[in-house]
Amino acid sequence: MAVLEVKNVSFRYGNGPWILKDVSMEVEQGERVVILGPSGYGKSTLAKIIAGYLEPLSGKVLWNNHDLPQNCFCPIQLIYQHPEKALNPRWKMKKSLFEAGEPSEEVLRQIGIQEKWYDRWPNELSGGELQRFCVARVLKPETRLLIADEMTTMLDALNQAHIWNFILEYAEKHGMSIIAITHNKFLAEKLATRIISIPDINHIEANQDDL
Amino acid sequence: MNSRENTLLVVNNLSIGFESYNRDMEKRIIWPISNLSVSLNKGEILAIVGSSGSGKSLLAHAVMDILPDNAKSKGDIFYKKTKLDSQSIVELRGKEIVFIPQSVAFLDPLMEVGKQVCGIMGDAVKNLQEKAFEHFNLKKAVEKYYPFQLSGGMARRVLLSTAMVTDADLIIADEPTPGLDLSMAIEALKDFRELANQGKGVVLITHDIDLAINIADKIAIFYDGRVVETAETKYFKENGDGLKHPYSKALFQALPQNGFHLEKCPECGLSSAVWKVDEKEMRCECGRS
Repeated sequence: MAVLEVKNVSFRYGNGPWILKDVSMEVEQGERVVILGPSGYGKSTLAKIIAGYLEPLSGKVLWNNHDLPQNCFCPIQLIYQHPEKALNPRWKMKKSLFEAGEPSEEVLRQIGIQEKWYDRWPNELSGGELQRFCVARVLKPETRLLIADEMTTMLDALNQAHIWNFILEYAEKHGMSIIAITHNKFLAEKLATRIISIPDINHIEANQDDL
Repeated sequence: MNSRENTLLVVNNLSIGFESYNRDMEKRIIWPISNLSVSLNKGEILAIVGSSGSGKSLLAHAVMDILPDNAKSKGDIFYKKTKLDSQSIVELRGKEIVFIPQSVAFLDPLMEVGKQVCGIMGDAVKNLQEKAFEHFNLKKAVEKYYPFQLSGGMARRVLLSTAMVTDADLIIADEPTPGLDLSMAIEALKDFRELANQGKGVVLITHDIDLAINIADKIAIFYDGRVVETAETKYFKENGDGLKHPYSKALFQALPQNGFHLEKCPECGLSSAVWKVDEKEMRCECGRS
């Protein structure tokens, strides 16, 4: 059974051109769906709508047949491309890491977060190190669907392989579903149980001038 | 041919440091780039590959002499036979050496982009600028736009146009493709190849190793402020055996198309991908060894 249903979602910012038109997709329990496609097709906007950061103008996003639950730890968590923008620059790393409660020991050990990093500021760690904090922060038992929006695009291949190998193992063990957004077809093939090409589900005419 | 004659850019033991003051007002200097050496010949594309935020852009800024005021630099940079310093670069930049910056933030916010693309050459290259805009699918109206009116992809194409209006021999491109759709990115890379085939040189700074493998002749692997290895691109295409440094080998094997493989540290049993890398070795930073 599908845990996530995106039903005929359309969206645009203000009076701008349509970013998403009549987009529908489903994700099943434990499935790893990769959304693949060039920039300008609204991949990131779709991610924000699924995670509940944006409201679709029409259509629906259903989580286990209901609207996304409010007022609790959201079962859908989103990780962005730029970890340095997803962390408060005025918080030390420990505060960001413990923002939504204590992270699991096992996650910290396996993703390779060192305790000596806790007292540092975000600008004192590399992108790969910061992205580990962003991952560890959201991997809670309540997290049932992880959306990784170009999560490792800015990282070197070693950090990319390390973070993904860990998440794949974690997802397998905990039955967590994944939506990964990428433009790298090799990475998509490595991660996915199913690949969706965004131009196939988004019925807009991509306007080259607006990219 | 004499190899000396053929060299376009030589960077020797370049170090770049930043002075800052900590809470107790003690001065400290951090060195994001230390003892970096690379060289580029005519007709070549050299890709400098490293993760973002690792300081690759500083190399380009050092060549162009546009480092911030609190930066110190050591080492030598030669363009052809000229040693570059704050005087000689003024004669060369914008004419013989062009720089394609990483973001629209490098443009003057109060000047129309068409004029900025012409740069110090002014109206003399107006028709070249128009040609470049047409080539990159930018409408005529875009000339009159100010930088804030450009979308990410348009900005990228405007920045690329700056390389087309001069007859520069050396092009330094800092992350030229993000924000472009695939066909436009391929087009831009073809342009670089074309320029190199005309005997010019291109330095391509990127975090995307796939991109480098597709276009460059030589790849310099950048880690922690140093180039650990410069290898011909063909070594990144076969099975990676030709690579010498363990870090470049590990990088090669970690690519999704090459198995997504990571060595585990024999000491701590993890593959946490935090490494101490020196001239010859890379070691896990678990602190047990």
